Amino acid sequence: MDIPRHWRLKKQRYALVGEVCEHCDAKLFPPRDICPECGEEAKTLFQFSGKGEVYSYTAVYEAPEGYAEQAPYTLAMVKLDEGPLITAQLTDLGAQKPAIGMPVEMVTRLLRSATDERGMLIYGYKFRPAVAQVA
Amino acid sequence: MTENDHDHEHARLLKTEHPVGIVGYGAYVPRYRLPAREVARIWTNGTGGLPIEEKSVPGLDEDVATMSIEAARNALARAQINPSDLRAVWVGSESHPYAVKPTSTIVAEAIGAVPSTQAADWEFACKAGTEAMVAAMGFVGSQMARYALAIGMDTAQGRPGDALEYTAGAGGAAFIIGPGDDSLAEIESSYSFVTDTPDFWRRQYAIYPEHGQRFTGEPAYFKHITSAGEAMFEATNTKPEDYAYAVFHQPNTKFPQRAGQMLGFKPEQIATGLLVPRIGNTYSGAAIIGLTAILDVAKPGERIMMVSFGSGAGSDAMVLRVTDKIAGKPQLATTTEEYIARRTEIDYAEYVRMRGKLTMK
Repeated sequence: MDIPRHWRLKKQRYALVGEVCEHCDAKLFPPRDICPECGEEAKTLFQFSGKGEVYSYTAVYEAPEGYAEQAPYTLAMVKLDEGPLITAQLTDLGAQKPAIGMPVEMVTRLLRSATDERGMLIYGYKFRPAVAQVA
Repeated sequence: MTENDHDHEHARLLKTEHPVGIVGYGAYVPRYRLPAREVARIWTNGTGGLPIEEKSVPGLDEDVATMSIEAARNALARAQINPSDLRAVWVGSESHPYAVKPTSTIVAEAIGAVPSTQAADWEFACKAGTEAMVAAMGFVGSQMARYALAIGMDTAQGRPGDALEYTAGAGGAAFIIGPGDDSLAEIESSYSFVTDTPDFWRRQYAIYPEHGQRFTGEPAYFKHITSAGEAMFEATNTKPEDYAYAVFHQPNTKFPQRAGQMLGFKPEQIATGLLVPRIGNTYSGAAIIGLTAILDVAKPGERIMMVSFGSGAGSDAMVLRVTDKIAGKPQLATTTEEYIARRTEIDYAEYVRMRGKLTMK
C-alpha cells in the first residue's frame, strides 16, 4: 500500500508548495530542506504561482500501470516562473499541439486511479495551456 | 392578504442576524463540448428536437474534487482573503468521486484551508450547492465564522440514449460567504420550498439516475421554482421589475425560460444567467454558475433573484443586491464567459471514452 507516501506528498502535489531559501532566495521544488544553490538550510514553505512555460515535451503512448486510460498523453518539463524545472503531464490540450515556450498554468487533477476500482484516487499537479491564451 | 398573513410570509424568510453576502466567487467549466446533434446522430438517426446546443464534458483527469478546487481558487482570488480564514469548506454534488470519503477535505487541503475548518459534502440532487450557501449564510450571519466556502459542482450522469444524455453536463461554482460590509453582493434573504416529490433519483450502486419523464415538469420543477419565487416576491414585497437579473435551475433551455415567464420576468432579465444551451445542465452547479455569469457583468445597486431546484424535491430562492465592491472583482480570475469560450468540440466516440463508458478490463 502506497497510502503513507501519497499522504506525505499531498501539499506539494495538490498545491505546488515548495520551499524558499532564506539565504539566497532560491525557490525550491520539490522541497528538499537544503538549498542546492548555496548549500544552506532551506525549510521555509513557499507557494508557487503555478505559472510557467513548456521547456521540453514528449508523447507517451506506452503508459505505465495506472496511466493506461489516459494514454496517449503529453509529458513535459515545465520551467516555473520562479525558476525550478519540473516534470508533469500536460492536460486540456484539446486540439492544441504542445510547443516549447507555450505558457502554461498549474491545475490539480486526477493523476491516476488506483489499480482497481476499490482503491484510492490520487490527485496532483498537471499543467494546461494558460486559459487567457486559449480564449 | 391580512396583516397577519403578511407577518407569516415574512417569518418564513431566512434572514441573518448580521448582514452577509458573497465576498468572492468562482466558476469552472471543462474544456470539451459534445453537441446535442451528436447524441441524436447515434440514438435517433438525427431526428427529433434538441434540448440544448451542446454540453460541457469533463476531461479524463477531472472530477468534482478537481473542478471544485479550481472554482474555489477563483473565488479566493476574487475575495483576496487568506484561505486559512475559511471556517467551512462545503461541497454540494450528486457526483462526489467517493461514495465514502469527503470531497471537501481534498478541496480544503488543496486550497490551504486545513486544518481549522468544517468540511462536509452536501447532497440534495441539483440544489446541494445552494443548500450549502444557505448554511454558510447562517454560519457567517450568526458570527460563528467570518468566512465560509460553499461549492456546487457536478459531472452529471446520463444513461446512453436517455433524454438526459443530451443535457447532463459538467461544471459549477464556488462562493465565499462573508460579512455584508465586505460583500460584492449582499444576500438579503433566502426562502426554501421543499416537498417529497419523486421526480428523479439514483439508487445506491446504480450508475445512472432514473426520472419520472413528464412528471419532472409540472409537479416538480415548475411547482417548486414558482412557489419559491412567488413566496419571495410576497415576503420581500418586490415585483419582477425590481430585479435586473433572474436565474433559475436550468435542466434544458425551455424550462427556465418558461419558469421565468410564469414568475413575470422578461427574457432579457434571464438571458445573462441562462448558460444551459452552451454548457448543458450542470446539476448542483446550474443555477449558481448562472449567478457567476451575472456577477461578472452586474453593476452596483442591481438586484438578482436566484432560484435553484433539486429533485426530490425543493427550491432555494435568494435575493441578492450587488454592491460597489464588485468593481474590478470579475477580472481577478477567469470569467465564466472565458471558460465557455475555451471550447473544444468532441464527437460521440471521444465522449464515450472521456466519460469512462469504455471498459479497459
